[in-house]
Amino acid sequence: MSVSPSSHLQELEAESIYLFREVVAECERPVMLYSIGKDSSVLLHLARKAFFPSKLPFPLLHVDTTWKFSEMIEFRGKIIKDYDLDLLVHTNPNGLKQGVSPITHGSSLYTDVMKTEALKQALEKYGFDAAFGGARRDEEASRAKERMLSFRTATHHWDPKRQRPELWNIFNTRVRKGESLRAFPLSNWTELDVWEYIQQEAIPVVPLYFAKERPIVERDGMLVMVDDQRLPLFPNEQPEMRSVRFRTLGCYPLTGAIESTAATLPEIIQEMAHTRTSERQGRLIDRDAIGSMEKKKQEGYF
Amino acid sequence: MPPFKSDVTPNTESIPPPSAGPDLLRFMTCGSVDDGKSTLIGRLLWDSKLVLDDQVATLETESKRVGTQHGDIDFALLVDGLQAERLQGITIDVAYRFFATEKRRFIVADTPGHEQYTRNMATGAATVDLAVMMIDARKGLLTQTMRHSYILSLLGVTHVVLAINKMDLVDYSGVQFDDIKTQYEAFSRSLGLHDVVAIPVSALKGDNILDRSVKTPWYHGPTLMGQLETVAIHQDLTTKPFRMPVQWVNRPHLDFRGFSGTIVSGRIRPGDHVVVPSSGQMNIVERIVTFDGELDSAAAGQAVTLTLQDEVDISRGELLSDPRVRPATADQFEAKLIWMHEEPLLPGRPYFIKMGFQTRTAQVSALKYKVNVNTLEHLATKTLELNDIGICNLSLDAPVSFDPYQENRRTGSFILIDRFTNETIAAGMIDFALRRADNIHWQSVTIHKAARAKLKGQMPFILWFTGLSGSGKSSIANLVEKKLHSQGRHTYLLDGDNVRHGLNRDLGFTDADRVENIRRVSETAKLMLDAGMIVLVSFISPFQSEREMARRMVEDEEFLEVFIDTPLEECERRDVKGLYKKARAGHIKNFTGIDSPYERPEGAEVIIHGADETPEQAALIIVQELNRRGLLSIN
Repeated sequence: MSVSPSSHLQELEAESIYLFREVVAECERPVMLYSIGKDSSVLLHLARKAFFPSKLPFPLLHVDTTWKFSEMIEFRGKIIKDYDLDLLVHTNPNGLKQGVSPITHGSSLYTDVMKTEALKQALEKYGFDAAFGGARRDEEASRAKERMLSFRTATHHWDPKRQRPELWNIFNTRVRKGESLRAFPLSNWTELDVWEYIQQEAIPVVPLYFAKERPIVERDGMLVMVDDQRLPLFPNEQPEMRSVRFRTLGCYPLTGAIESTAATLPEIIQEMAHTRTSERQGRLIDRDAIGSMEKKKQEGYF
Repeated sequence: MPPFKSDVTPNTESIPPPSAGPDLLRFMTCGSVDDGKSTLIGRLLWDSKLVLDDQVATLETESKRVGTQHGDIDFALLVDGLQAERLQGITIDVAYRFFATEKRRFIVADTPGHEQYTRNMATGAATVDLAVMMIDARKGLLTQTMRHSYILSLLGVTHVVLAINKMDLVDYSGVQFDDIKTQYEAFSRSLGLHDVVAIPVSALKGDNILDRSVKTPWYHGPTLMGQLETVAIHQDLTTKPFRMPVQWVNRPHLDFRGFSGTIVSGRIRPGDHVVVPSSGQMNIVERIVTFDGELDSAAAGQAVTLTLQDEVDISRGELLSDPRVRPATADQFEAKLIWMHEEPLLPGRPYFIKMGFQTRTAQVSALKYKVNVNTLEHLATKTLELNDIGICNLSLDAPVSFDPYQENRRTGSFILIDRFTNETIAAGMIDFALRRADNIHWQSVTIHKAARAKLKGQMPFILWFTGLSGSGKSSIANLVEKKLHSQGRHTYLLDGDNVRHGLNRDLGFTDADRVENIRRVSETAKLMLDAGMIVLVSFISPFQSEREMARRMVEDEEFLEVFIDTPLEECERRDVKGLYKKARAGHIKNFTGIDSPYERPEGAEVIIHGADETPEQAALIIVQELNRRGLLSIN
């Protein structure tokens, strides 16, 4: 068979594979952040392509807040088994002990403790000097500014004003002890590219992305799925079955669904062509304050 | 190995790759803010329906409130709105915007255009295939046009769309358009920008952006979007000679050894010959392995894994090449440098160089001139500062394989990295290989260092004294030399002041000259060491890099650094030569400790606290340390 180098997806694919190989060749202990979402699915697929026929030369790390949709955890188990991958799961033990939850502590503190802190703990625990993540520049303004290979201080801080220039495709991977790199192979992909690639490559994704009747309550204009018994319902709230799907996946109490009937990949792609709102609008954590993502990123969040 | 045909024509099949849906074009916009850059990008995003509902609502309100378009939509606000980061002071950067049409996906590198942002424009230009050069039809070519075009040519962006904008303000005059076009073409030809397409546009009114304008009936060329959608970019690389640097050696088990990398240029098929240029070893491609199955051919841009017929050890960084058109392999070359850091270039200082997938040590051995980016004049210089562009010779610690940048951007480019901070400090583009080193062979000698040292009955080493002016270095070094001499040791003291009267009298006190000063002294000390002597060097030597360079010239056990750690206040109080007084009064520039930095040693073998110990005590401590290390035993 002969593959044409001309399509834009192949060019994006080659660019991502290049970054995977470069970081693995130059860093001592890389890891891939695996969040189970569609971007992670694409990232994993690209990583398997980059090193074929070798196995993935790094483990996957899932920072588990314990509030993920149950279907996500189920999907994670299947993928790890089917592809024979090394998975590390880390939950912030302090947060767990103190019972920090998105319901009682608010999304800001919860994210800080169970995601940002937990991620730093895990990176330090295993001594990783480079971490792959699935962030894309089209997601959010502060991400548009970030390099494909992003330098972090020994305290995991990101300084947007002092980034290393990235010239051609020559990456400066040099760090001192304790410092680390975050690598974003999907930097130049858009949400549409991700879906088209999932379709082209038949990449499995969590079923929550496809529309289905699900139990929903509406709060502050956000459609929250009642995924388990932990979500306290107000007296006047009664979950109703509505046809919804998710554009992004995270912790279920913080992730809003959209009303949709798109139940297949072509329908999703069709829906995206007509959508008039941005992808992260369903995420509560981005709405906390203006510039909140940039602040989280500087503190070490992905 | 089968006989090799030495056919000199490169593999230049011009069969276009079969198209599989839209491809990707990376481009940038240039021109000053007033030329309508923001309006143009805003217009492209708007017309390709990439502006979302919430943004439209904001834009309509804002246009009425602050817009310059009397209630009509002001597209510049759209881009400036997206560029809220500019308000936060992150202006010195490249931002990327994405949009798409049926035919192509686009990534626009949006870079600021002022002179102080040369490095940002260069960073953007390094990854794009095309540039849209905006010109205000009323103003014609400006200094900025010249500077931006020069940077484009420097970075090898040869496809240019000359968008002659604001045609609505010159009554869509074809004469005006032709004038500017002719002027620009004459100028761009001299820079080697060979594909320039001029288009009369009004970004504001939408003329010739997506649709052909009725107002320019005299114009028969493409619209701006038409040109962006159809310009042929990718063929350029597939028709060049085959190059693939080995990025990662793929060894899942003992029976498979593959070489993973992205093909930089040309095409490859199983059965094709390849050469490893550094060794001249020939080989034949056996299989092209990918996750999606084996390929019967692969071309520039594809990430693949090659297996070769001859089982040989090829490491990461080797540049697999078409043997008929080989890259150069050399340890010296001439290159253009764009300096990207606040710390200026110091010729002679060792830096890391990363090119392809190899990292080596390099130093600028000759800085020929820098270029005034506005006039293209050549100016003599001793250093390069932030945003300077210079032409220089580089000398590496080992040979590398490369092509001239003008022939191949991927195999002819490199970055320089500071060895201590790890920051990327310069971008480089290779002009050509220098072969001088090949012609100066080391004269091998039969009487060597060990033989000379034996005759003197001693072990040669270098004792390197560093510290501020007035710290007591020279007094202490003198006393140490006296003690060694009285023990029958054959010594020599190289003193900063004395050497500056002779060998180094052409050097001043700028950072660049200080580096050269230390380089010469290090080389001299090394020659004396080779002659079997104990060499004492007493120099301020303020920079860690140069002390490190001196240390690395000789064997580990032959170099001892003595840090005379006397506080600045104490040195200034002593002021034996009255120099601090003059420096404080501004009569001496670049005085270490006052207006030039002193970098404290981190790994000195001996530290003397100059405020607490007398020179005599200090000399004793040093001699004791030499004894402890066994350096004064009889050889």
